[in-house]
Amino acid sequence: MSLKQEPEKRKRKSNFSRRGFLQGVGITSGVLTTGVLEKEAEAQSSPKVAGPGEVPITLQINGRPYKTSVEPRTTLLDALRHRLDLTAAKRVCDRGTCGACTVIVDGKVMYSCTVLAIDAQGRQIQTLEGLAQNGKPHAVSRAFVANDAQQCGYCTPGFVMAAKGFLDKNPNPTYEEVKSGLGGNLCRCGTYMGVRKAVLDAAKEMKGAKNA
Amino acid sequence: MQAFEYASPSTLHEALALLGSQWGEADVLAGGTDQISLMKDFIHTPKRVVNIKGVKELGGIHHSAQGLRIGATVTFDELAGNPAVRTEYPALHSAVMGVASPQIRNMGTAGGDLCQRPRCWYYRRGFGLLALQDGKSLVPNGDNRYHAIFGGGPAYFVSPSSLGPALIALGAKVKLVSASGQRVISAEKFFVSPQNESSRETALLPNEILTEIQVPPARGVKNATYEIRQKEALDWPLVTASVALQMQGSTVSKCSIVLGHVAPTPWSAAKASQALDGKALTPETIQQAAEAAGDGATPLSGNEYKVKLARVAVKRALLEASGKG
Repeated sequence: MSLKQEPEKRKRKSNFSRRGFLQGVGITSGVLTTGVLEKEAEAQSSPKVAGPGEVPITLQINGRPYKTSVEPRTTLLDALRHRLDLTAAKRVCDRGTCGACTVIVDGKVMYSCTVLAIDAQGRQIQTLEGLAQNGKPHAVSRAFVANDAQQCGYCTPGFVMAAKGFLDKNPNPTYEEVKSGLGGNLCRCGTYMGVRKAVLDAAKEMKGAKNA
Repeated sequence: MQAFEYASPSTLHEALALLGSQWGEADVLAGGTDQISLMKDFIHTPKRVVNIKGVKELGGIHHSAQGLRIGATVTFDELAGNPAVRTEYPALHSAVMGVASPQIRNMGTAGGDLCQRPRCWYYRRGFGLLALQDGKSLVPNGDNRYHAIFGGGPAYFVSPSSLGPALIALGAKVKLVSASGQRVISAEKFFVSPQNESSRETALLPNEILTEIQVPPARGVKNATYEIRQKEALDWPLVTASVALQMQGSTVSKCSIVLGHVAPTPWSAAKASQALDGKALTPETIQQAAEAAGDGATPLSGNEYKVKLARVAVKRALLEASGKG
């Protein structure tokens, strides 16, 4: 989403920068461009207080940087879906309970609805969009298809990411381990049997496949 | 969620300077598993959020002859993977594993577990800690199936802390630091049953940060946590029991039994503890302690079943601690 199309938000953003800058260096008037203001504010005030208006952020997602701006209250999930058009992670309960928004952050599965986007800066974020390699679906995704591990499909992206994160840490799990390892994800259609079987199948296929 | 300004300090000193003197001015953010939901539901509407995850001195687990030091921002996952926690403090390890979601274990912190707000549905719908409507508590005549069976009011929510009961049984302390000083208080004293609408359920003040948990050495202390829950997946337990037994030979020299999710604070079952003091651990003495664990209960219209669960949880925790679980 381009800032040019959002004059209202752009205004708030520059307000934040100016205030931060003025607090930092004690200047009471002046005309400077937004970019300079941001840099100065960063250098001068420590620790920096950002917001409540929009602030520019950079997120490292699936190995590449994404720049956008968000208010500090924006969750990682909303930034992914509404700002970056990465809509695989789903917003269902939005309270850190159902798992549909699961992404992998620095190698650990997390609920993206319960992480602030501004706080996810500097961390490696993996979403379902980054799982396929060279157009080929990931072993976990393939196993979900093969085992009919979805019905309405809304929980599926979260389950696939939870399963990927689980298998990265437990490459050779038992059925019981799979069950507890996916304990943070819910499926209202009740596809758990297929999901667990898919994870066991994916574990078999991924063994030895280093980058799977 | 109400908009807020956000700071991510890198030292404790900076973090403390960003806090307010009144509740509502600034909230501390760590794992976010409770804080962000509280803000989404407008139960908390802070003007500023201070993220303490970047404060290095608040992290880390340190194990020594003096015991265990758990930094406030240590995650459940870090606790679960710590060999000392697993071997010397099984009561704590079981409590951690009771948090059944890997995502929550990766995000949630030890300090956050102690500072999280009650899960009582009246509180979460904006009726306050005492669940008041027109000056009267909604709980006694409402849906109170998960509410307190001990304490007798005026608050009827249950403490949601997973680690609290185990930490109290193990004799842990918490350190609370403000810009003007610090205090170390027992984990037991940290939890408070609010007596009026304006008081809180912990001893933490708005200008303080809970920085660390100090657990005394537990080598040779038989300890365990047993949790009773409705389902295997992510959910709150109905009742938990944590026990810590200091032994002299085959005799219990000091016993601490603490129940979770039965009162507005973790609940020390003093009579159950007394039933074992100076006695040998046998199926009979364990049964007596379990029976005593329900003493003094004042269940509400819909939660008498929790009294029985409390007895069962104590019995199974003791059996587990004694190695017969």
